[in-house]
Amino acid sequence: MLKMSLIAAGLALTLAGGAGAADKPVLNVYTYDSFASEWGPGPAVKKAFEAVCGCNLKFTTAGDGAALLARVELEGARSSADVVLGLDTSLTAKAAATGLFATVKDGRKTDLPGGWNDPLFLPFDWGYFAFVYDKAKLKTVPHSFADLAAAPKSLKIVIEDPRSSTPGLGLLLWVKKAYGTRAPEIWAGLAPHILTVTKGWSAAYGMFLKGEADMVLSYTTSPAYHRIAENDDSKAFARFSEGHYMQIEVMGQLAKAPHPALAARFLAFMQSDKVQSIIPTTNWMYPAILPKSGLPDGFDAALPAKDALIYRPDEAQAVRAAALEEWRTALSK
Amino acid sequence: MKLWPGLGVAALLSALSIGTLVMVALKAQGGATLGAADWAAIRFTLTQAILSAVLSVLLAIPVARALARRQFRGRRSLIALLGAPFLLPVIVAVLGLLSIYGRNGLFSAALQLVGLGPISIYGLKGVVLAHVFFNMPLATRLFLQGWQAIPEQHFRLAAQLGMRTGDINRRLETPMLKEVAPGALAVIFLLSVTSFAVALTLGGGPRATTIELAIYQAFRFDFDLAKAALLAVAQFTIGALAAYGAWKLAAPTRFGVSSGGLREPERWDCQARSVLLRDAGVLLAAMLFLFLPLMAIFASGLAGLTALPLSALGGAILRSVLVAFGAAGLTLCFALALGFAIVRLERSHAQTAGLIEGLGALFIAASPMMIGTGLFIFLFPLVDPVALALPITALVNATMSLPFALRAILPALRQSEQGFGHLADSLGMQGWGRFRLLTWPTIRRPALFSTGLAAALSMGDLGVIALFADPQSATLPLMLYRLTGSYQIDAANGAALILVLLSFTLFWIFEREANRET
Repeated sequence: MLKMSLIAAGLALTLAGGAGAADKPVLNVYTYDSFASEWGPGPAVKKAFEAVCGCNLKFTTAGDGAALLARVELEGARSSADVVLGLDTSLTAKAAATGLFATVKDGRKTDLPGGWNDPLFLPFDWGYFAFVYDKAKLKTVPHSFADLAAAPKSLKIVIEDPRSSTPGLGLLLWVKKAYGTRAPEIWAGLAPHILTVTKGWSAAYGMFLKGEADMVLSYTTSPAYHRIAENDDSKAFARFSEGHYMQIEVMGQLAKAPHPALAARFLAFMQSDKVQSIIPTTNWMYPAILPKSGLPDGFDAALPAKDALIYRPDEAQAVRAAALEEWRTALSK
Repeated sequence: MKLWPGLGVAALLSALSIGTLVMVALKAQGGATLGAADWAAIRFTLTQAILSAVLSVLLAIPVARALARRQFRGRRSLIALLGAPFLLPVIVAVLGLLSIYGRNGLFSAALQLVGLGPISIYGLKGVVLAHVFFNMPLATRLFLQGWQAIPEQHFRLAAQLGMRTGDINRRLETPMLKEVAPGALAVIFLLSVTSFAVALTLGGGPRATTIELAIYQAFRFDFDLAKAALLAVAQFTIGALAAYGAWKLAAPTRFGVSSGGLREPERWDCQARSVLLRDAGVLLAAMLFLFLPLMAIFASGLAGLTALPLSALGGAILRSVLVAFGAAGLTLCFALALGFAIVRLERSHAQTAGLIEGLGALFIAASPMMIGTGLFIFLFPLVDPVALALPITALVNATMSLPFALRAILPALRQSEQGFGHLADSLGMQGWGRFRLLTWPTIRRPALFSTGLAAALSMGDLGVIALFADPQSATLPLMLYRLTGSYQIDAANGAALILVLLSFTLFWIFEREANRET
């Protein structure tokens, strides 16, 4: 037991490193891992907000949006979270049903295709799902799900599992929104091209970069990452004639937030030009409100609104269980 | 030898495995039933786990035999290196395997030279290949320990009696294999049962859904806690049946007390050239199978080292090493406490002893997702779980290595107690003195070996820290996971290399200490 308590004491010491200015209020923001990581927007957002708020900003992280919501549900009314940042509109209906979120003041007018109107959540960024490929390697690029199904069998894509991954769920809803009752038929056509299904985005993208698959389900903004951060213009996304499913990432304030005023201020701050101009090259998504400075060089403008496909949150919630069953059945044959 | 520490550890294990399940079930609203998809997941889990276990064991026997009867330069290092695949983080191992067996891998490239299309490993074969890659070395080590447990005098006697390889096989080796194989099969079966990311990625799609993935789905896609708990019960039941089956099948050999020395028996029966060639071929094939993916990981890792963010690396390494040593220390304490309790209970309450032993093994079949979530539900009203992220990770990692430690230490502990326990009792040797003078010298080797294994396993395991993460205190596996999630693939390869090297170094240091003559 002595050994164990020594270890615990040692660990407690290493953990206590950051605690200093205990007199300031601490705003507790729950978000997903890659937002708070040092390659994401987290550190810059924290620094900028702490410079003006007279508070400390603390990120508490979960794996991704769905893990975040599960965490909030597990904690329930006892949660010490002020803000939850990083759900998307396929989760917000379920989040609203928990009754844990407070109504928010309307935010700024967004540049989202289709606009924004939700009493509980405000958007901070958004993107389109898309299949990304290597321009030098893939010569005949499919421009619709039908093209993809008709392509030679050797064209392989790697996708994420909708049960364990946000982009995977996005693809499920994409096909369903574009084809409705014909979705099972489309999945059956895609099945021979699906090399494999991964647990999350990183394994799929890693396999694509290794050259295992010709295309990977990612975002229209992925090529911009390679162009801007790696000076590599070899990647592109395939524009699909059916349109592209949107992911809108949102934030909300908890009804029992310990610091409601600060939380409201943080939501407004996330929509400010300051943060919105950080988003493109840290979260690699489109800002919800285009900053005055516009998009950075190398970051292509988003596809026009006529290409945007999306379910309302309540529709997404209603359709997903059946869509998953169709997906599973078509790909299990 | 007190009983209560062992019973305390057994209670802790039950709390972590069954208790966490109960916590989740209590939080659930309404009941749940298993649908067609769940039964499909159970079937696939069983199929792949049985195939993985059988193939790993069948392939391990010739490798272990070749290692047991041959002496050559670098043999020790080779045996130590066998530990490496077992210690790899999942995503690293998958990408390493794909470098060799993938569509764009070494084999496909070689086939293209002679005009053949790429091979496809996706499907059941890929899942089993990956599990054999992870577990065949483990089985090899278990069998090798079996060979080493056959007293050297037996081989000498066999030689004097003019026994040939076949006779030795029948009289000495087959009884040993019969004893070791059920345990090895069960351990690998249990390890493969909880597989999830490997099974899905190499399985090629939803056909390859395992129970653990269904549990994951119940938590995050459906937020159906009742369903998650029910699936975890199914996983446990499978694990319990496997553990029970192994316990029933393992026929104890009666070789008596082994000299336990490091001297390898001289094998006069294996001098024939054909036998020698066969052994060399077996070892060469095993090395190619195991080390090519490791070399691919090494190569891509070297290239990624420069991309690593040095600012975060030091802290991540320090935390990982702390967690690894914490977990290793706990594993050893737990294994000793359980071991003493089992040895003592075996005399009077054989069934209770068997139950405690089984509890250790059963833990391998516990769902990590379930343990993490249950712990979270339990701790959240009491303390901030995030503040306890590292100690909890160490604790859970320790329990994950415990079955292996117990397996390794228990026979030696029995030997020491059965051989010298009465003598020590009559001399009034007790407490620390008895442990230091009597017990430790006998169990030193397996104890150090399993401490090293626990440290290395803990080093590479993402574990529950993913659920309790604090952005400021990432361990190396968590950092790796975050790098891959932020387009930092090169840096992630570099981090993977450091992770593998560190975890292997820990393993090797303990192994070397264990093999040191005293």
